[in-house]
Parts: sequence; C-alpha cells; structure tokens
Amino acid sequence: MSAARPVPGPAPAVVTGGPLDVAAIRGDFPVLARTVHGRPLCYLDNAASSQHPRSVIDAVSRYYETSHANVHRGVHTLSQEATDLFEGAREKLRGFVNARSTKEIVFVRGTTEAINLVAQSYARPRLKPGDEILVSWLEHHANIVPWQMLCEQTGAVLRAIPITRSGEVDFEAFLALIGERTRLLALSHVSNALGTVVPVERYIREARRRSIPVLLDGAQAAPHLPVDVQALDCDFYCFSGHKMCGPTGIGVLWGRESLLGAMPPWQGGGDMILAVSFERTVYNELPYKFEAGTPHIAGAIGLGAAVDYLEALGLERIAATEHDLLDYATKRLAEVPGLTIIGTAPEKAAVVSFTIEGVHPHDLGTILDHEGVAIRTGHHCAMPVMEFFGVPATARASFAFYNTRAEVDRLVDALDVAREMLS
Amino acid sequence: MDLKDLYRDVIVDHNRNPRNFRPMPEASAQAEGFNPLCGDRLTLFVRLDGERIGDVSFQGSGCAISVASASLLTESVKGRTVAEAEQLFTRMHELLTRQDADADPAELGKLAALSGVREFPARVKCASLCWHTLDAALHREPAAVSTE
Repeated sequence: MSAARPVPGPAPAVVTGGPLDVAAIRGDFPVLARTVHGRPLCYLDNAASSQHPRSVIDAVSRYYETSHANVHRGVHTLSQEATDLFEGAREKLRGFVNARSTKEIVFVRGTTEAINLVAQSYARPRLKPGDEILVSWLEHHANIVPWQMLCEQTGAVLRAIPITRSGEVDFEAFLALIGERTRLLALSHVSNALGTVVPVERYIREARRRSIPVLLDGAQAAPHLPVDVQALDCDFYCFSGHKMCGPTGIGVLWGRESLLGAMPPWQGGGDMILAVSFERTVYNELPYKFEAGTPHIAGAIGLGAAVDYLEALGLERIAATEHDLLDYATKRLAEVPGLTIIGTAPEKAAVVSFTIEGVHPHDLGTILDHEGVAIRTGHHCAMPVMEFFGVPATARASFAFYNTRAEVDRLVDALDVAREMLS
Repeated sequence: MDLKDLYRDVIVDHNRNPRNFRPMPEASAQAEGFNPLCGDRLTLFVRLDGERIGDVSFQGSGCAISVASASLLTESVKGRTVAEAEQLFTRMHELLTRQDADADPAELGKLAALSGVREFPARVKCASLCWHTLDAALHREPAAVSTE
C-alpha cells in the first residue's frame, strides 16, 4: 500500500504578515497575463466566477497526468492515490470552514446543488401544507427556486423578508415574519447582486431560540471572509469552488452530522451504498450517503489546492485587500456623472452594482469589454432585487484580492468612453 | 471588430431619439417582446389598413441596440404590406446572423446600419427582438415573445 505523495507545486507568492503583495500574487494567475481586444485583461467579474492560480491548475493536471483512477473502489495503486487525494481535499475543506468532522463535508456540484439537496432530503419529508420557509429579498435564484419547487411539492409557503433601500435585510420585518409555522430559514451570507454582508449571526440566534434550522448560502462569502460553521452555529452551509479560485462543477454542502445522519439519501447509485440486493439496500455512512456515482475527483483536488492557496495568503488579509478596493471603487465611481450605486449597506463584500443614466448596462458590458474590462451586466440571477430597486438590470464590478486600484481607474476610464459614445 | 461598427451614428441617434416611441390606442394588433437575459422589454403596436401597415409604434426599455433596432423597424415597415414586412424580417434575420449576408442599402435603407451586430454574437438577440415581436403581432400570437 502506498499513499499518494503529491508533488508540491510552486509556492504561492506569500509573505507572512503585512498587506498582500498583489504584484507577486498576480504572477500566480496565468490568465491575468492575457489581453482582450488588445488591452491587458482587467477582470472584474469575480462574483460570477474567479480565476485560478497556477497551483490549482497544476494540482488538477498533475492528478490527471499521474494519479487518475476511480475512488473508493480499487486496490490498485492509482485508485488508492486518487482516493487519498480526494479525501485529502475533503479534510482541507473541513478545516476551511472549521467543521467538526469530514463526515459533515459533502461534495456537490456547487451551491445550487447543495441547496436542492437540503430542500429535497432534509425539508421535503418534514413539511406539511401551510408550513413556511423563510428567505430574504436579497437571495440569488438558487436560494429561491429550490424552495418554490419544494412548496409546490408539499403545500408549504415561501415567505421573503423585505430589504431596505440600502440593500440590507430588514431585521424588524424578519422578527415579524419568523413564527410558529416557520420550518427553515435560508439566507445569503453575502448578496451576489449588491455585495451586502448579512449579519447572519443575529438571524441565526433568533432562529435557534425557536428551534428553526438555518441554511446559509455562502457562495459569495466563502472567498471573501473567514467562515467558521461552529462559531456561526448554523445548520447547513453551502458554497461553490469556482468562486474561490477552484474549478467549476465542485462545491460543498456542510451540514450538522446529526441532521445529515437522519436525512435520507438524495440520489441513489454507486458509492452511496454498503450492500445492495433486490430486497434491500444498506446506505453508506456519511458523507458518502450523499455522493452517489463517481464524483468530480479532479474538481475536489483542485478545490483543495485553492483552499491551500487562500489559506497561505490568509483570509483576513484577503478581506482587507478587497475592502480597500471596495472603498476606492466606491469613491471613484461616485465621481462618475449620472452613476448610481445600487446597494449601499455599511458592510459589503467587494461588489459594486450600479446604473448610469442614459447608458443601458448591456451596452456598458460590450463597450467595457472592448476596453479589456470584464464586468457582469444583467439581473445577476436576482430578479427580485432588480424589481425592488425598479431597474431591469445593473452593471456589476466585483473585485478579488488580485485586482488593483489601477484596474479600478481603468473601469472608470472605460465608463467615460461608454458615456461619450452613447449619452 | 471596431465598436463603431456596432454603435454607428444612426444607431446612437435612434437610441437617443427613438422614432414612433408611443402607445397606440387604436392599434389593431400588438405584441410583447422580452429578453430575460438583459431585461429588454418592448411592446409593439400595429394598425393595419387592409393588407398594409398603416401605422406602427413601440414602447418599452432596453439597450441601445434593441431600442434603435425597434425604432428603425417602425420607420422601415410603415406603409408596407404585411407580406413585404415579412420579407424584410427574413432579410434582417440573414443580415444579423450570416457573415456573408449582403447589407444592400438600396434594399434595406437605414436598417443596413445594423449589419455590425453580427460581429457581436452576444448582441444579436437585442437587434432581433423587435422583429420577432412584429412577427408575433402580425400573426396575433397571444403569448409574449421571449428570446430564451
């Protein structure tokens, strides 16, 4: 028996303590060296998907080049190496969110699948007609639609906590809505459309007092602030690899072991069973009970490498760097004539959603792309948020720790080009 | 691929000052068009005088390409027969989607200004939304037209 001995990749550009060395960090990201329409890429669409450091790309390639086989099956060397790498990644993810056990770390395709899993496996058997699921107006469609489908299946009712003009969840309204019929609270930790950091602790405390379980959509939070599921005291936490420098198609559902253990499997198939006969199937233990079929092995390994990279930089320092970018971008964008920032909560991740008078966001997207600046335009999969602010769409610049103030300046210059061209 | 090929002066002008941008209470047909990806939404009104399009107008909101395209549409089809408008729809579809399509100003008039859109595949739906909506209005299709 031999365990996989992954060859260490090039060390990330890290110095301990002090601010991040962004110039060196940019060297870790191969894509940042490319040009778009003849200009250096200025990638400001990180809330949609972040880019990958060399160490993540190498971890995935190395796995494919040297150690690929199916996991949890064979006695041969490659299968054991693949299993060790895959389970090693699970342990890294456990540490990343400070879970008690790897039994609580279920690999899924992403946040969307994690929420659907909880809706169908945890909530569906428990819900009766008239029961209520509570979400907020800030939610991404991934934290709305699975609950609507569940309500159709069970006769339960979906309730949404209103938001304020600054884009914050209205705590007083929440207190009025949470009640005897509430069976689950499902909240964004950080809003993808506006960047609002939701003070989830106080919501969790209120839910706890009423013995109502809480699911957090952490897709935007996991890459931007340290997440400690034990300190948060929530019940489920969902996040995606590709928004935190990892591959697409891989994400994590963290759930309390006591809850996961009592939940029926979501999908049936290989890997999630201990024994199968036509009379009876014995399900596998946690977390494998929820991982039917061959998993995204390379994705999990890549995500593990992304965790290594982020932790080497330090989540606190990442947050500080991004906060500086947010402050600078907010100040610079406020100087642009006709520009309105949508979402002005005091606590925000590095996301700025905005509109410009006379220039539709879709045109902004095209014109900025020609300046090499990548932003997201549209409804950001959060149509209720757009409806609340009375806009069909916004432009959204979202920053990562590898962005710079000079790139904020390029964004502002590109907006001038757009205004000149169209308004 | 130059941005000026997309945002030609004619298009910028029709976006700033859309023509026939008004409701039409006496419309004999109307249809809604919606592009859920970017939120473009327009209502197209048509008054038929027999086989001929006596008047056409639109309302709604959208990007410069969709507003200009709708504005240009109203100017181009007013006074034409339904059959002629449908022919023009076919020609516009070719112009927006086929690299080898001929943008003959003699035939298309100002609509030829939209030929640059085909270099921007993400924007083709913006320009074609109004034409699909017109088609729906002329055929009195009850459901809203969606690009998705």
